[in-house]
Amino acid sequence: MQLLHFAILAPFLFAFIVPFLYKRVKRVHTGWFVLILPVVLFVYFISKLPITMAGETVRYAAEWIPSLGINYTVYIDGLGLLFALLITGIGSLVTLYSIFYLSKDKEKLGPFYVYLLMFMGAMLGVVLVDNVIVLYMFWELTSLSSFLLIGYWYKREKSRYGAEKSLLITVGGGLCMLGGFILLYLMTDSFSIREMVNQVHIIAGHPFFIPAMILLLLGAFTKSAQFPFYIWLPDAMEAPTPVSAYLHSATMVKAGIYLIARFSPIFAFSPVWFWTVASVGLITMVWASFNAVRQTDLKAILAFSTVSQLGMIVSMLGAGAAALHYQHSEYFTAAVTAAVFHLINHATFKGSLFMAVGIIDHETGTRDIRRLGGLMALMPITFTVSLIGTFSMAGLPPFNGFLSKEMFFTSMLRIAHADIFNLDTWGVLFPVLAWIGSVFTFIYSMKLFFRTFRGPRKPDQLEKTPHEAPLGMLISPVILAACAVSLFFAPNVLSYSLIEPAMNSIYPALLTGGDTFHVHISQWHGVTAELLMTLGIIIVGTIGYVTLSKWERLYGLFPKKLSLNRLYDAVTGNMEKRSYQLTSSYMTGFLRDYLLYTFAAFIILIGTAFVMKDGFSVTTKGMAEIGLYEIVLSLVMVSATAATVFAKSRLTAIISLGVVGYTLALFFVIFRAPDLALTQLVIETISVALFLLCFYHLPKMRRKKKTRTFRMTNFIISLGVGVIVTMLGIASSSEKTKDSIASFFTAYSHKLGGGNNIVNVILVDFRGFDTMFEITVLSIAALGIYSMIRTKVKEEGEER
Amino acid sequence: MFTFILQLSLGIMAVSTLLYVIRVIKGPTVPDRVVALDGIGINLIAMTALVSILIKTTAFLDIILLLGILSFIGTIAFAKFLEKGEIIENDRNR
Repeated sequence: MQLLHFAILAPFLFAFIVPFLYKRVKRVHTGWFVLILPVVLFVYFISKLPITMAGETVRYAAEWIPSLGINYTVYIDGLGLLFALLITGIGSLVTLYSIFYLSKDKEKLGPFYVYLLMFMGAMLGVVLVDNVIVLYMFWELTSLSSFLLIGYWYKREKSRYGAEKSLLITVGGGLCMLGGFILLYLMTDSFSIREMVNQVHIIAGHPFFIPAMILLLLGAFTKSAQFPFYIWLPDAMEAPTPVSAYLHSATMVKAGIYLIARFSPIFAFSPVWFWTVASVGLITMVWASFNAVRQTDLKAILAFSTVSQLGMIVSMLGAGAAALHYQHSEYFTAAVTAAVFHLINHATFKGSLFMAVGIIDHETGTRDIRRLGGLMALMPITFTVSLIGTFSMAGLPPFNGFLSKEMFFTSMLRIAHADIFNLDTWGVLFPVLAWIGSVFTFIYSMKLFFRTFRGPRKPDQLEKTPHEAPLGMLISPVILAACAVSLFFAPNVLSYSLIEPAMNSIYPALLTGGDTFHVHISQWHGVTAELLMTLGIIIVGTIGYVTLSKWERLYGLFPKKLSLNRLYDAVTGNMEKRSYQLTSSYMTGFLRDYLLYTFAAFIILIGTAFVMKDGFSVTTKGMAEIGLYEIVLSLVMVSATAATVFAKSRLTAIISLGVVGYTLALFFVIFRAPDLALTQLVIETISVALFLLCFYHLPKMRRKKKTRTFRMTNFIISLGVGVIVTMLGIASSSEKTKDSIASFFTAYSHKLGGGNNIVNVILVDFRGFDTMFEITVLSIAALGIYSMIRTKVKEEGEER
Repeated sequence: MFTFILQLSLGIMAVSTLLYVIRVIKGPTVPDRVVALDGIGINLIAMTALVSILIKTTAFLDIILLLGILSFIGTIAFAKFLEKGEIIENDRNR
């Protein structure tokens, strides 16, 4: 176990101490203790930067279940480190923010920080672990801790609903992902991602290739809230704002993006991958940005905006896959550069925006955009932070969002010119969709900003008198906003420290020799198509925003029944209802129905086996002669059986049953089994007596001596069972392939067992074990009867 | 010849049992059935004896005794049941 192993486990270990700190140290806000950990981890991970910048990787293995190939292997490369820095960096800021956001006295801080630390550790595990099974374990831990955090205010109905929804969707996707991992394991015989990348040539031609890819993408798309699985994210906004800022903008939702990037080396050369990833990303982007405009809750706007931005990153990751099909790949890897860059940018501005919205909520008491307005002069710092955040989100200079949006357009325009995968016909859709999505992004960004901070003040609609937030609460968003601005002016700080190493791990085989990806981000590249597109966005978007009230009615035209949430509710609700209906349709509670199923299954299964395997056969070889008295005795037995079945009174049935039993004893005599005959006689007598006992004690009311009503189904079933059993008997006696072992017993019962009665020697000597347990059965039966008669549990209400 | 006679007797006993069964089925009263059952028991004794002669064994002699006891006990139990409505009476002094 190296230090790195402990770095991932540290949040879990620390989570154990948190409850004690919470209980013991009442005076200090628990968050201050927690804050130490992510800061230390952040510094630690920064110290790893030189390794990845040099193009090297670090891999430490620790055994967990070595016999199954499941090892706790940690691996640091550009991509993993980038995510680790995001997780710990934003984690520190979020913790700091939460100290001021959550009240020490009103909230249960212990659980909150335990969940948060659990999430942080799980997220670090996801991005730094090389073994897919361990990755899956951490992946599910993120789902679980996210579930706990969303349902933090568990007394609210909506929190519980959101938590349940997100758990169902992300865990469903996680299970798909596990299936994908197992398929990958079957292909490569290894759980290590590194090993899988090395065996790409085997995976590529394997029939499991496409299923594994689809399953894996399902996992990634559900976690990253892609279309049509994005529906859980807006409902997850019921979580406390620090959680929304951390999980649902900067880290957890990017786990899916991490997965896509991580498995790009394995799957990306496939056209299916390109089309799925790129088109799902774009559709998500357009759809979510379109829907974000209609929202009135600040956090809902941000949630849809997150979905849209994630879609944008995913589409760029998909577009980057085109590079694998060209000699001069630099032209298309620009998309991956843009994806990684926007990943960082999005974390900065979306984190700051969430925190700003949290401040507004905290200081005004509402998040409803219709009740807010004119906060600019009241909350100047929050106003500045939001200005930077929203304008960066809209893709305006001088903020970092502008740079990544330009790069996004560049990559989409290049894809349109590619001549693979039918892109020459369909490729033109990519920049068009990207542009439309960006226009909507501009509109909702402006709506978010102007409706909150400009316009008339509405003090009568607010619960509190709005004022600037405490300084502590502002630190984190200000830092993030400062990042957002400085990244515009100095984006190349990241070029070779974070982006290039990350690209190297996304497409490791693309470059040969000591070549590196050429990453240079420039603010100005002349009057290009991208710039014109941005200008178009600003113009069209401004017109769109100004005339918003006129065309907003369009949203009303969209039928509510067709929404995906409706579908989700209908599916979950109906599933419960239908399965209840299904269960109650056959679980009737009547024993006769269950017997019917059992017997019907018996007939169908064995009958089908007879037909399919041609199993029925009759031979007369080895049959004994039949005497006259045997025929007559059989007639006796048959007529007694018939009498039992058709008896009008129960007493007749009991007596006829006795006749059957006695005749059976006589058959034992004829077929030379004296011991059996003896036992049969005694048992028959006793059981007839017992039947009489039962008959006598039947309740008075029902003693109407009804004859059995005839039911066709029962008749058919009983006939079927009889026929099948007869056929089985005939077939099995006709198909004897081996001699019986009876000759051994006749030869050795005296010699080895010391007895002449072979049956008894078998019972107590050769196979004494069976007898012992038969004795046990009888004792249990006797004890059971005794206790059933003796211990009378009184009915409810009576005293015992 | 002896075997044939034995088999013939067995046949006759079997037919007789069949006739008893008809009585068991038809009734008309429960005592009729019980008496028929008793008769079947006696028939079984005879048939067991005949079979053991036929297959030359003494292994079934126990069964003859047992049948005698059982059919007696059985008939008594039935008779008591029909008479008093129960077979084993509760001790009133307990």
